[in-house]
Formats: sequence, structure tokens, C-alpha cells
Amino acid sequence: MTRAALQALLSHWVRSPFQLAMLLAGLALATALWSGVQALNTEARTAYATAESLLGGGNAARLTAPAGQIPESEFARLRRAGWDVSPVVEGRMAMGQTRVTVLGIEPLTAPAGGTSEELVAPDVTDFLAGLGFAHPQTLDEIGPRALDLRPSQAVPVGTVLMDIAQAQALLDKVGFITHLTLAPVQRDGLTPLATLAPDLRLTPPEDGADLAGLTDSFHLNLTAFGLLAFAVGLFIVHSAVGLAFEQRRTMFRTLRALGVPLRHLALLLAAELALFAVLAGVAGLALGYLMAASLLPDVAATLRGLYGAPVPGALQFNPAWAAAGMAMTLAGTALAGAQALWQLWRLPVLAPAQPRAWAHAGMRSLRLQGGVAVVLAITAVILAQTGGGLVTGFALLAAALLAAALIMPLVLAGALALGQALARGPVAQWFWADSRQNLPRLSLALMALLLALATNIGVGTMVSSFRTTFIGWLDLRLVAEVTVTPRTPSEASALQDFLQDHADAVLPTQRMDARLAGQPGQIYAMKDHATFRDSWPLLDAVPQVWDRLAAGEGVLINEQLFRRAGLRPGTAMLDLPELGGVPVLGVYPDYGNPRAQAIIGQDLFRATWPETPISQFALRSETPQALIAVIQDEFGLPSGQITDQAQAKALSMSIFERTFMITGALNVLTLSIAGIALFAALVTLSGMRLVQLAPLWALGLTTRRLAALELARALVLAGLTLLFALPVGLMLAQILLAVINVQAFGWRLPLQLFPADWARLALWAGLAVLAAAVPPAYRLWRYGPNQLLRVFAHEK
Amino acid sequence: MTSALTIERLCKTFGKGPDAVQVLDNANLEVPQGQSLALTGESGSGKSTLLHICAGLEPFDSGKVVLAGHDIADADDHARATLRRGTVGLVFQQFNLVPSLSVAANLSFQARLSGRHDPDFVAELAQRLGIAQLMSRYPEQLSGGQQQRVAIGRCLAARPRLVLADEPTGNLDEATGDAVLDLMMELAAQAGTALLLVTHSTRLASRCNARVHLRAGKLQVPV
Ligand SMILES: Nc1ncnc2c1ncn2[C@@H]1O[C@H](COP(=O)(O)OP(=O)(O)O)[C@@H](O)[C@H]1O
Ligand SMILES: [Mg+2]
Repeated sequence: MTRAALQALLSHWVRSPFQLAMLLAGLALATALWSGVQALNTEARTAYATAESLLGGGNAARLTAPAGQIPESEFARLRRAGWDVSPVVEGRMAMGQTRVTVLGIEPLTAPAGGTSEELVAPDVTDFLAGLGFAHPQTLDEIGPRALDLRPSQAVPVGTVLMDIAQAQALLDKVGFITHLTLAPVQRDGLTPLATLAPDLRLTPPEDGADLAGLTDSFHLNLTAFGLLAFAVGLFIVHSAVGLAFEQRRTMFRTLRALGVPLRHLALLLAAELALFAVLAGVAGLALGYLMAASLLPDVAATLRGLYGAPVPGALQFNPAWAAAGMAMTLAGTALAGAQALWQLWRLPVLAPAQPRAWAHAGMRSLRLQGGVAVVLAITAVILAQTGGGLVTGFALLAAALLAAALIMPLVLAGALALGQALARGPVAQWFWADSRQNLPRLSLALMALLLALATNIGVGTMVSSFRTTFIGWLDLRLVAEVTVTPRTPSEASALQDFLQDHADAVLPTQRMDARLAGQPGQIYAMKDHATFRDSWPLLDAVPQVWDRLAAGEGVLINEQLFRRAGLRPGTAMLDLPELGGVPVLGVYPDYGNPRAQAIIGQDLFRATWPETPISQFALRSETPQALIAVIQDEFGLPSGQITDQAQAKALSMSIFERTFMITGALNVLTLSIAGIALFAALVTLSGMRLVQLAPLWALGLTTRRLAALELARALVLAGLTLLFALPVGLMLAQILLAVINVQAFGWRLPLQLFPADWARLALWAGLAVLAAAVPPAYRLWRYGPNQLLRVFAHEK
Repeated sequence: MTSALTIERLCKTFGKGPDAVQVLDNANLEVPQGQSLALTGESGSGKSTLLHICAGLEPFDSGKVVLAGHDIADADDHARATLRRGTVGLVFQQFNLVPSLSVAANLSFQARLSGRHDPDFVAELAQRLGIAQLMSRYPEQLSGGQQQRVAIGRCLAARPRLVLADEPTGNLDEATGDAVLDLMMELAAQAGTALLLVTHSTRLASRCNARVHLRAGKLQVPV
């Protein structure tokens, strides 16, 4: 019995291979997008773990000096006093064809448990003699090299690990170290560090390279996109399964009438679905892997550029990832197929198989959907009111999007009813009535299309708003024509003297790490200069902000700090180390910086932290190229230490372009999935529609006219969907800009409208819909008479 | 008396080679304007095929079919559609109605397509067919017999020159079938409509002006 029944069930797919292909494609694409995004996330997280475990698993505290570096003698002094500390030298430098972070450690005192220990211990003599380690990708980037470097996956990308003495020599920091790592367990009864070394500051472990925390928001964004694409894919599966169920209704009835028990039939259908899920899941995982591999270089560049997180550009295969992806596919298929199985369960043996009965049931479920949509919309409003937290932000996003998707069929039904009421001729009236009748069958595909279009509009608006705002902001922030980064404090002071006579203005950057309102951040010094007064962008400020800043009467803070700590200019005070509470004078946008930042007047800064070295010079000059040449001649600075404005701008822009390329790629994929969904629905529908169209043909409508009407229907429905998608997309953009971005990055961007983008999207969507609608319409036109006649020929 | 439908030496074969089935073999037929003709024959003898050919739905191999003065062979797809819309009325046994339209909309549909819509006439037809109280329902909410009556009403409302009906009373009980046939004949007589009626029932056939029997591809007047 099982074999015969299964054969009968599967025969449906043999007779409609196209539908099977669509079902599998939808499932495979959904799996691909979801698992692809997960692969990217896993890869990045592995990279963070690598970076943190390199030096004692990220749980070692650090000792740093405000001046930026510590004399080597301090290390010896602390060791003699009994403290278990180890020196580290860290710095950026050009090596081969790239720039790397050189990390110098002292293997004998390095904290136990770090990856470096395992790496170095077997070859400690070679290491002390100059052997270094780097990620294979870093070695490739460096190219031919003079140093003895060995490949190792345990070293973060972009870092070269070597002995401290060699690093000091390479970085021109002989006699200095960057920081001291403090072993987690220390002997009892030691002289406290505060007495022993009052100048050194203790940074708790979590303030250090907490890359996972910093980049969480980025990954959450990716995950949200993956989930959305997965949901769109499930819409396809759901509609394909539903349609196949609809078409096999008679078969189910016959099978049951012939004595196949209901439970048995349900089990067979579930097994059939599971088989499809496994087949599509495997294909989807392969696709997802390919997708992730091709996107990883961009993701890696973004993470490196935006957060300094070392992520390699090549993907590893991870079996746990594959298993999780497969589980997601199975769960998704179960979810998508549940309704069909439930319907089968409740199907009376003699249920009518007429199209409108089904449509009526469809209308009932549309109303149910409307109810759910209203509940979701209310939830969204409540979430928007209460606010707070990135997860709440995403919940708001999901609730709002889902509410819009669920309510859309009702809106469409209303629009079609209006069309019917306004229609004059009999054919026009039929056109609208018939579109309404077939709406339930198309609504899932249209919802998928809506989600894809709204995401496109929403994300597109966010990206374009961001780009416009960001470019304007860069122009204001990067007014200095040239920036120079000195390699050592002595070079800094030499540069200072030299530049006075060569540049129109010298604006030195001094900064120090500090906790601001409880968050890790930095304090900058700002010289009182027309450059800043004229162009430094401010979101909000007290009157005479620049005079008061120059007079040392207060502090400017970045938007991130302003939003997280709720510090309003004019009323709020910010606690600064040494200075205590300082009035907040203004807030400035600081896009792309994940941390808190504060600016005080240069005089106040120098009086408070006199030993802080100058980390960079911003230079004004009418002849920047000549200035660069002069500095290079005089100081022999490598090109990486001198940047002209155009270069800096291009660099910043390229980081953001790559970030948004990822979302762009996901956008395109989501839209194509929706296109496929529509295609699948239209093709499946066209087979079922013959019975509906045959009477019209017999009544004297040519197949050409019928085909044209079918095409028009698809375009009308897609057009209405696009119209509906526009406000939904803008709502999405507003949530992204005003809620998600604020929560994730700490800045809010003004919503800007880009109608040209919408027109382009409408064009693409129109083409996608035409591509989906033309083949079935063409078939109706060309082969219609034969097929339509069959309806009447087989009537008995 | 002009002819509503003329068929001369009509041949039709389905399939090719050894599987070929010759359904019509030099069949000849004439239905004069205003007359009714019953077409009988065994199941599978080709009655429906003949009707489909006359309506321009099905192509044929050779011979001549003239519909109200128009040679079907000369008509392209568009012209045939125009003939179906304005000249011929079709009633099938099933799948007659447009599922997305209400009974009222279905009833007036063809009349509106052909530009001969008369609301009073439609109301009268509905009354006489006993479907006036069903006007706001949808086809799937009707029984087979009710659907059949709507289809007949829709066809008559358009006042075609020729009605082609394929077992139109197959779904009706004897009394209703007789009543519906009476109505068709009466209206046909009033409007001068010709009627080609496929039926199994010799009783119904005997009520038509003439009768032909289809056997082995030939049309014969039974004795
Ligand atoms: N599209 C078709 N293809 C092949 N054979 C057909 C087709 N339509 C009808 N036939 C065959 O033609 C013969 C006549 O069919 P039909 O006209 O429906 O008979 P009737 O209506 O008299 O019962 C039958 O043998 C049938 O199998
Ligand atoms: Mg027949």
C-alpha cells in the first residue's frame, strides 16, 4: 500500500517537474542565504577568538602609560618588585607590499595559556634568534620578504608575531614598550601598583580587544538580512507546497476513498517533504558556502576598516555550520509545510474541489491574516514607544515588516474590488473579479515580492542617506590637506619645529585613552583654529561654543557618547580623569567610530596631560603635493605615514562602499528570490486557470486577448505591490536610521528621499515581473486553444 | 429560407498513423434559420467534436463549414472569436460558467460582450428558468442543474443566430429538462434562432424539427 500510495503522490511531481524545481530552488536559495550569512559570522567570530587568545585568552589586564609608551626599565623594576608582568611592543609598519601590525612579545615571561605560548615554545631558540609567525594570508600580502616568517593560523590576519627585541628594532622603539600584560594571578603581599608605578594606568581585560562586542551590531545586521532572505525563501516553499496540495486534492480524496488511512497519507506527505528538504538543503549549503566565500573579502575589509578586527579573506569549512544550516532547512520546511498537512488532516473525504470554494476559504484566511497583522502592528507601535536595545529594534523591524506583509493581501483585495466597482465593460469587470479570485493563490508570492521590494527601498534609502550624510561630513572633517603621522616622540617634536615654517597651519593631534561615562573611549585635544571654527560639524551646541572650548570651559562629545549617556549640551556634565565634571558644550557627528570620544581645548589638554605625545599632524597648505615632497625629503617618512586629503577620503569611502556592497548583494539576491517565487506561482496557476479561462474563450475572447489580460494582471498586482512597498520601505528606512543605527552604531541619520532609486527599482521589478509572467502568458497564447479545448473534450 | 449552418463533406481525424481515429468522414448537414435539429449518436461517435468544429474551437481536415454566411475555413482566430461572441451561442455539459462572476454577471456576460444587453430580457429569462432568486450567488454555490440553466440563460440572453448545445439537459431531471427545452424552442422560434442540439434522449430528439444520427463518421437521417 505504501509503495502504491507513494508512487501516486510522487507521480504529481513527475508530471510537473517545473513545480518541483521551483520548490527545490526556493528551499535551496533560502538555505544558501541563511547559511551563507552564518558562515560569514562564524568565520569572523573565529577570527576574533584567535586575536584574543593570542596573548593569554583576552583575560590579561594591561598596564599603559598616558604618554603612549613605557620605558623598558619600568618592566625590570616591576619584575624585581615581584609583579608577574610581560612586556609587549606593538606598532604598525610597512612590510613588503602591505602594512602590518608588528607584535613583539617576550616569550619567557608571556602569560601562560595564550596561543603565542603554544606557538613559540617548541622553537623558542629560533624565535629569540628572529623567527616570526604570521597568518598565511598575511604572508601572501607581504610577498617576498627579508625576515624569517613562518605561516600559522593562530596569528590574526595582518599581524606579525616576533620577539620583542626584533620588534623594537623594526618599529624604531628600542628601549620602549607599548604596554605590559599583567598575569591574572599575582603573588600575595606585593607593593600595590598605584604606589609602585603611579604613572601607569591599569586597563581591565574587557576594555581591550573586545572585538566581539564591538562588532556584534554588524553581525546582527547580517543575521537579520539572512533571516529575512530565509523568510522570503520559506514563502516560496510554503506557496509551492500549498499549490501542490491544492492540485493533489482529488488524488488525496481518491487515495482515501481507496482505503489509505489518513495518518498514513500524512506520514507519506511529511516524508516527501523531508526528502525535498534534505535534497535542497545540501544544494543550499553548497551555494551558501560559495556565496560566503565570494562575500568574505568585503566583509573582512569592512571589519578591518571599521573596527580594526582581523578577519581573513578565505573561508574555512565548518561541519557544525553545515549541520546547523541543515537543521534550519528542515525546521523551515516543516514550518512551511505545516499548513498543508493540517489542511489534509481536516479535509473531508468528499470535499469540493472547485476553485471558488478554495478561494472562499482563502478569503477567510486573509481576514485571519489581517487580524494577526493588526496585533503585530500594535506590538510594533508599543515597541517603538518603549524603545531601547538593539534586539528591541530588530523586533520592531520584524513586527512592522510582517504586519505590512500580512495586511497587504487585504489591501490588494480592496484595491481590486474598487477596480471591479469602477469597471464598465464586461471583460474589465471579469478582469478585476478574476484577479480578486486568484489573489489568495498569488498572495504569498506577492508578499515575498513586497518584502523584497520594501527591503530594497529601506536599505537603499538608509545606504543613500548614509552616503550623502557621510560624504558631506567627510568634507567638513577632512579639511586639512595633509596629515603626517610621526613614528616616535622625537620625530614628532622635530616635525613640529620643521612644519611651523612650511605649512600654512599645523594642527597637532594629541589623544589619550580614557573611560567616558563608563565606556572605553578617547579624549582629543583641539587647537583653537579657524579650520575647526569654520568647518567642524556640530549637531548641537551652546552659544559661543568655540570660545568656551578654547578657554577650557567645557568639552565636545561625539554623537555616540551623547546618545548612549544622554548628555545634553548646556546642562550635562561629563566626568574626565584628573579634571572631574566638565560641562558639555556641543555634540558632533562621528560616523564610523564605534567608541565614545570627547574633545577639549588644546591648552587645557596640555596642562592636564603634559607628557602625551603628538600622534598626528593635520596640515593646511595651498600646495599639498609640494609639502608632502618636502616632508619626505627631510624626514624620509614612508608613504604610509603621510596621507593627503583625497587619499584619506577615498580610504574612508571605500570601507563604507564595501560594507554596503554586502547589503547590496543580499538585496539583489532577495529580489531575485521573490522574482522566482512569483514566476513559480504564476506558472503553477496558469495550469489551474485553464478551467477558468475556457468559458471565456468559448464565449469569443481570443487567446491573444486572454494572454494579454494575464500579463496585465501580473503587472497590475506587481504595480500595486510596489506602491504598497514604497511606504513600507520608507518605514523600514526610518526604523533602520532612527532606531537600529542609533542602537548599533550610536548615530542617527536624517532620512533622505531618492525617487530616482525608486524609479530604477520599479524598472527592475517590472522586468522581473515580466520575466515571470511572460512565459505562462506566451504558452496560453500559443498553445491555448489545444489546452482549452481539452477542458471541454474531457468534460465527461 | 437562409441557412444558419451548412456543413459539406466535413472530415476530421484525430492522431496519425495506426492510432488515427477518423471521427468525421464526409459529413453533410444543414440547419435552416429558425429550425431545431437534434443530433444523436453513441458515446464517442464524435458529436462533441462536430459541435466544437462548428463553433470554430476545433480545426478540421477538409470540407466546408458555413456559419450564418461566414466560411469558417476563411476565418482567422480573431474572426472566429468574433463569430462566437456575436453569432453563436454555446452550451456545454460542464464548465460553462465564469467562476469568478456572480450568476447575474454570468447571465448578462455574453449579451454585453456582443453589445446586445437588455436587462429586462435577462430578468425575464431568469424568471422563466427559475434562477431569479440565485442572482447574487457564485457558480460553485449552485447545483449542476442550476449551473446548466444559467448557462442556457446566458446563451439565450445574447440572442445568437445559432445555438450549439451539447447535452444541455444532461444534468436536469426529466420535468425540468422538458421545461428548459420548451423555453429554448419557444425563444428560438420567437427570435428566429436555429438550434443544434446534441442529446441521448430520443424523447427530446423527437420534439425537434428534424433529427440526424452520427455513425462511423457519417450523418444520416434515421428511419
Ligand atoms: N483531442 C483529442 N485527441 C484525440 N482524440 C480525441 C480528442 N477529442 C476527442 N477524441 C476522440 O474522438 C472521438 C469522438 O469524441 P467526442 O466527439 O467527444 O464523442 P461524443 O461527444 O460523441 O461522445 C472519441 O473516440 C475521442 O476519444
Ligand atoms: Mg460529447
